Amino acid sequence: MTLPQTAAPPVPPVPPVPMMSSKSAKPARTWPIPFRIAAGFLLLTATLAILAPLVAPYEPDAIDLNASLALPDGAHVLGTDQSGRDLLSRVLHGAGPSLVAPLALLALASVIGIALGTLAAWHGGWVDALVSRVTDVMFAFPGLLFVILIVSVFGDGLTTAVIALALAYSPVVAKYTRSIALAERAKPYIDAYRVQGMGGFAICARRLVPNLAPSLIGYLVLMFGQVLMGMATLSYLGFGAQPPSSEWGLMVKEGQAALVQGALWPALVPGTAIALVVVAFNVVGVRISDRLGVRER
Amino acid sequence: MVRKESDPAKTPLDAETLLDIEDLTVELPGVGARRPVLDAVRLRVDRGEVVGLVGESGSGKSTAAKAVLRMLPRDAHLRGRVGVAGRDVLTLNAGDLRELRARRVAMVHQDPRSSLNPVRRIGDFLTERLIHTLGRPKAQAYAEALRLLEAVGIVRPAERLRQFPHELSGGMLQRVVIAAALAGDPELLLADEATSALDVTTQAEILAILREHRTGRGLGLLFITHDLHLAAAYCDRVYVMYAGRVVEERTAERLFEDPRHPYTAGLLACTPELGDPRPISPIPGRPPSLDDAFPGCPFVARCPVAEAACETWLPVARELDDGGSVMCRRTDLDHPAEKVRR
Amino acid sequence: MPARALRITLGLLVTLLAASFVIFGAIYAAPGDPAAFLVGGQEDATPEKLAAVRAAYHLDDPLWVQYGDWIGGVLRGDLGRSMQYHDQVADLVSSRVPTTLFLVGYSAVLFVVAGVALGVLSAVRGGRVDSIVVAVTTLLASIPKFVKALALVAFLGVQLGWFPVTGAGEGFGDRLHHLTLPALSLALGELAVVSRVTRQSMLEQYAQDHVTVARAAGLSEFKVIRRHVLRNALAPVVTMCGLIIASLFAGTVVVETAFGISGMGSLLVQAINTHDFPVTQAVLLLMVLAYMLVTTFVDLVHPLIDPRVRLEGSAA
Repeated sequence: MTLPQTAAPPVPPVPPVPMMSSKSAKPARTWPIPFRIAAGFLLLTATLAILAPLVAPYEPDAIDLNASLALPDGAHVLGTDQSGRDLLSRVLHGAGPSLVAPLALLALASVIGIALGTLAAWHGGWVDALVSRVTDVMFAFPGLLFVILIVSVFGDGLTTAVIALALAYSPVVAKYTRSIALAERAKPYIDAYRVQGMGGFAICARRLVPNLAPSLIGYLVLMFGQVLMGMATLSYLGFGAQPPSSEWGLMVKEGQAALVQGALWPALVPGTAIALVVVAFNVVGVRISDRLGVRER
Repeated sequence: MVRKESDPAKTPLDAETLLDIEDLTVELPGVGARRPVLDAVRLRVDRGEVVGLVGESGSGKSTAAKAVLRMLPRDAHLRGRVGVAGRDVLTLNAGDLRELRARRVAMVHQDPRSSLNPVRRIGDFLTERLIHTLGRPKAQAYAEALRLLEAVGIVRPAERLRQFPHELSGGMLQRVVIAAALAGDPELLLADEATSALDVTTQAEILAILREHRTGRGLGLLFITHDLHLAAAYCDRVYVMYAGRVVEERTAERLFEDPRHPYTAGLLACTPELGDPRPISPIPGRPPSLDDAFPGCPFVARCPVAEAACETWLPVARELDDGGSVMCRRTDLDHPAEKVRR
Repeated sequence: MPARALRITLGLLVTLLAASFVIFGAIYAAPGDPAAFLVGGQEDATPEKLAAVRAAYHLDDPLWVQYGDWIGGVLRGDLGRSMQYHDQVADLVSSRVPTTLFLVGYSAVLFVVAGVALGVLSAVRGGRVDSIVVAVTTLLASIPKFVKALALVAFLGVQLGWFPVTGAGEGFGDRLHHLTLPALSLALGELAVVSRVTRQSMLEQYAQDHVTVARAAGLSEFKVIRRHVLRNALAPVVTMCGLIIASLFAGTVVVETAFGISGMGSLLVQAINTHDFPVTQAVLLLMVLAYMLVTTFVDLVHPLIDPRVRLEGSAA
């Protein structure tokens, strides 16, 4: 008793669209204002980090007890710490280790993670199961606890911290790599290479992983803010960079004692530097990973 | 199949108008919408009357029902008047609108399973109306919920009240939904494809329950369906909608015997009737969508009796001798139905 | 349902066993001689003394035996003896646990209430309000906990003097006062995720037919949201909040250090700095245990929030 579903009339053929030059066919890629500001800030920070020895007004560890805990003025643009060291100079010199250490550990974590993830996805079976169990056990340690475990064993120091953080973040990379590598492995072109007699390792290293690169890079860019915070936190706890370094997390730790005396600058200057860089990286990272088509998370 | 009583209690003693829709035009600023969803719709339901509203999906019949409760999207553009018991729904303030929804007009939707909150018990569904909109004390609300379930023919109501929607059958749920709709003792019930998803036996039982309430307490019923035969059998009067317009309005009897709009005739011709030797003839073409705009009569492309002039004829309702109306240029034809059936 | 609970509990036990072995094994493999730390200075570390310490702490037994001894002790409530304080680790830890639990609980209340409220606000108001909530909560999540902690100390503690900047306080009210800033530094970063999940889940529920039906029945918008939208949107929100609460235990390491609170987190940092391995092992194990217990609890409780899952569970 329902109304009949009548057949739709034939759709008139679409007139062929004249071929346009590839330039005009592409939509204009404009980057939003917040992205530009954040990217500009990061470029500026990177430049200043490299040029720190040239642009810093003082030596980062030049002690001047007469100028202890000075407020910002003409002589010290951002004030000084307890020992009278110029905070601007210290932050500028600290930018290097603060940015390079997370970069290095992320690189290390991605090498381990991508290798394990690809191996698990490619090999499947017991290798996959083993990798999954190992990552599961590492995920049982919330936050930085796994890093703290490693540090407690191998002692403090920037190198230990970098390796420990890299080990802690590699399962995250491995899990993501495995998920996208599984999808990629199922595509027909992989079989085609196999038929041609290409070895498993060669297919993975020369074809599969390069094809995953856009997604992976997008994902890693998103992770960087997290990694930078992890590194700074470790230094703040005293397990990362060691004095006399002016790595930002360590600077916050050293500035904390002045806080209760009412001197806010020694702790807040490096703290603000960390926050600004992380925020800028997140703004840039979200946009980039969008463009690279990262869907998960 | 519920047959209409042989003696339709026409002309009720108190022919008070419950629902009076006047020239209601609704526009939704959607993508590609090139005509209004509703175009100058006129519709009336009297106390104790069962009125059918028939049309294909997309004809605007559900939009008309939603407009009565002002349940349309915020960006919808409305013109005209929707009078319920003398007041225009479109101009009510928020409090009066809630009062209208709680006490005067109730609605029953097609799919009872999606009408109930899946994580709350049947009892909550019924008593929340009684407690939160009608202000009954809890104990009284519970007793009333039991009585309401009994009234729609549910056995062991106390047990049902403790159950979750997924534990009940579709027919049982639709009874619950109707019980809830009747909780506020409404004057007007909008049944939007209320029985379409049910099997035939359950459908008949539900229809009987609704009819009971109509005679029992003078409930007005707007019965929305895509099934013209069911509407003709069940209702007192029937409105046929096409492309957002009411194209024919007749008493059910007259409509069935002598459809005056070619679309109505086509609808009747394309469903088989027992003992009717004529072949089934579907309406050619497809139902219009919102991005089809029409300079003249919207049915012209599918109409077997269309003339060139129909393509530019602005549709207006023409009065018929029997009190109905039809929106067709070719009222000159004696029996468009015969023409359709050929 | 019981099968599901059994499977989850079994998974918990296996993971805990593996994690405990990782904790013990890593510290067993640590370079350097723990006996040397125990004896104290390197000068008076005569071979005889070292041997005596080794024997006392069973340091010469193979890994498996030592692990078995340790885990057996843990199960009996014996966490070993602190090398630094020469106290029972269990006593040391149990004096610290209440403070940390209070801190985590306080922080959980803050982020759940504020996060859900912001999520509801985002979903109900949309548009500009939504953008502002996203911007502010994302910003808060992008600042490391210790920076937030020190910023709170600097402004609300030192400058305005509203809150004490160190210690955990005595008695409930005083403790609440002392732990407000630490709890805030733990909670603020979690608002982003909680408000996002709440908003998303609510928008999904808004689109449901039964919400329209409730509104058509004359229920006020507030009651529609409370009784139907929010109630049904709860399951993913509860899961997410549970996972975050579980991870808060790890966050106490940083926050307790920043505020000089003697809880589990600061105990861990001290233990590492003094190479007090039994304490390190015990605190790490307890934190992993707390994390796993809370996440498992969330898993187990999920069917109670959603009767549909309960049905599927019993059918399976």
